[in-house]
Amino acid sequence: MALIELGGIERIFTLGDSQVHALQSVALRVEAGEYLSVMGPSGSGKSTLLNLLGLLDRPNAGRYHLEGRDVTTLDADEQAAVRRERIGFVFQSFHLVARLSAAENVALPLMLAGVPAAERHARVSAALRDFGLEDRAGHRPDQLSGGQRQRVAIARATIMRPALLLADEPTGNLDRATGQEVTRLLEELNAGGVTLIVVTHDPAMGARARRCIRMEDGRIVDDLRQTPADTFANP
Amino acid sequence: MRAADTLRFATRAATGNPLRTVLMVLAMAIGVAAVVVLTALGDGARRYVVGEFGALGSNLVIVLPGRSETGGINPGSLVTSTPRDLTVEDAEALLRSPRVTRIAPLLVGNSEISAGGRLREVVVVGTSSDMTAVRRLDLAAGRFLPREDLRRATNVAVIGATIQRELFGAEPAVGRLVRLGDRRFRVIGVMAASGQGLGMNTDEQVIIPVASALAMFDTNTLFRILVEARDRSALEAAKADITDIIRNRHAGEEDITLLTQDAVLETFDRILGTLTMAVAGIAAISLAVAGILVMNVMLVSVTQRTAEIGLLKALGAEPRTIRNAFLTEASLLSLAGGLAGVALGQGGAALLRLAWPVLPSWPPDWAVAAGLGTALATGILFGVQPARRAARLDPVQALAKR
Repeated sequence: MALIELGGIERIFTLGDSQVHALQSVALRVEAGEYLSVMGPSGSGKSTLLNLLGLLDRPNAGRYHLEGRDVTTLDADEQAAVRRERIGFVFQSFHLVARLSAAENVALPLMLAGVPAAERHARVSAALRDFGLEDRAGHRPDQLSGGQRQRVAIARATIMRPALLLADEPTGNLDRATGQEVTRLLEELNAGGVTLIVVTHDPAMGARARRCIRMEDGRIVDDLRQTPADTFANP
Repeated sequence: MRAADTLRFATRAATGNPLRTVLMVLAMAIGVAAVVVLTALGDGARRYVVGEFGALGSNLVIVLPGRSETGGINPGSLVTSTPRDLTVEDAEALLRSPRVTRIAPLLVGNSEISAGGRLREVVVVGTSSDMTAVRRLDLAAGRFLPREDLRRATNVAVIGATIQRELFGAEPAVGRLVRLGDRRFRVIGVMAASGQGLGMNTDEQVIIPVASALAMFDTNTLFRILVEARDRSALEAAKADITDIIRNRHAGEEDITLLTQDAVLETFDRILGTLTMAVAGIAAISLAVAGILVMNVMLVSVTQRTAEIGLLKALGAEPRTIRNAFLTEASLLSLAGGLAGVALGQGGAALLRLAWPVLPSWPPDWAVAAGLGTALATGILFGVQPARRAARLDPVQALAKR
């Protein structure tokens, strides 16, 4: 059973009088544990595809099976539960809550899932240790460097042990060295069994994935299985 | 999400923007404080008036000749025969009731008083020695009417403070002779100035023995009989006794009317109570304004925190969770505002009591409860709309917002 099965996906946005086909007859099959990069020019539908995979958006037509279950017919609360339990998001702009400490940001998904405070505390401490952030637990986002912020965000995205990790330009706001560090971290998580889908503009990052999807005008134009290149080795 | 977590999350959100929170709490607090202070003032006035009436003697029964119909003139009241005279003997007979401690007959008329070539119009009151005790009156000089047979027309008078000043100026009046109508009276006492009291003003009266007054105005009937019951609880029984005694003396006819202070007191109590409510209602308008402010601030808060709401949705928050978080925040702010308002209001009432010690300006409990309740209710009511808007936000658009 595939982790993700998309078929005949259409997503149409209405902007004023005109209709924009953000996604056109998209079909995609992703097995559990895969590492995908999605590339393409701006406006090619990458982000729309990612939002759709993350159940933040609904297609106008087509079917989406996640872990064998048709998730397009679920109501808002059921979709929220799937996002909470099975999907992790990593954003370009981190999206940390400014007034909460690193530990509290990481604890957010556990809190939303109703995990008791004591258990939450133990799991957050373990996660912060895993990501090398144990001495930053009480710091607020504005007291952290960009790399630390993204690591907090990744810790948050994985604290619920999701099956699917969706990253939208995860290194877009980071310098080269920090970006590589974050990329390695995501790849380690993938090596641990999490399915990783990365939307990126960066060819170096795209080339590192075992499978690279290229999009244009809302269609998948290329689906390349490749030998991952260690693009970080020789800059 | 657990309730405790929702509460903690909302608290952090509220304290995350201290200026906004303080302003909103202040607006709510001023509304509640207005309710508390204004009702304290209104209720203080009510208590003051009730207290003043109580000082007049709350166990007083006033006997009037004639049966008064409260419903105005009707055929029945025309048929009833003219009332019999209410005589001094009737008044004395009332003392036979064990529930009656004192009586004071009362006859009022107008006459002229002159002394030392000065002349003026006065109200002449004929009564007996117990009047001072029944009406709680004080003397400034001399003594009051002597205790003697009510039928004895002694030519002595007690004059009011204004009369003393206008006829005798600074000179002592006690012992001097005055002419009342065509009789001469010796002044034996001067009443203390009663000032701006709510009761009958004794300053411009001349008080003489009831028998002298009956003779002067050539009449047999009294204007009133003031009866003092043993205590408040004996008031109803005393009224029954008075009715019985007079009916027996008037050939079985019930031709008197009994008034008690309670009836007057109750009316004032009700009027001022209503006034307090009205004032509270006006103050509550400011609470409604504060409620609209809550809505405005919460809407701004939703806009400012759009990205955060999008994130929470991406992390798997159900619409209900987000709605509850914002609603809890609005409620917390309203509650804080309400409590601060009660504290502010109590402080204001304390200042009022300090500034005007005569006015017992304590805010009534119902006003404090209503102020707090209204603050909370408006806060929640006006918090619903922003919370629903937050819950309905589209996560993709919300996340795209900076």
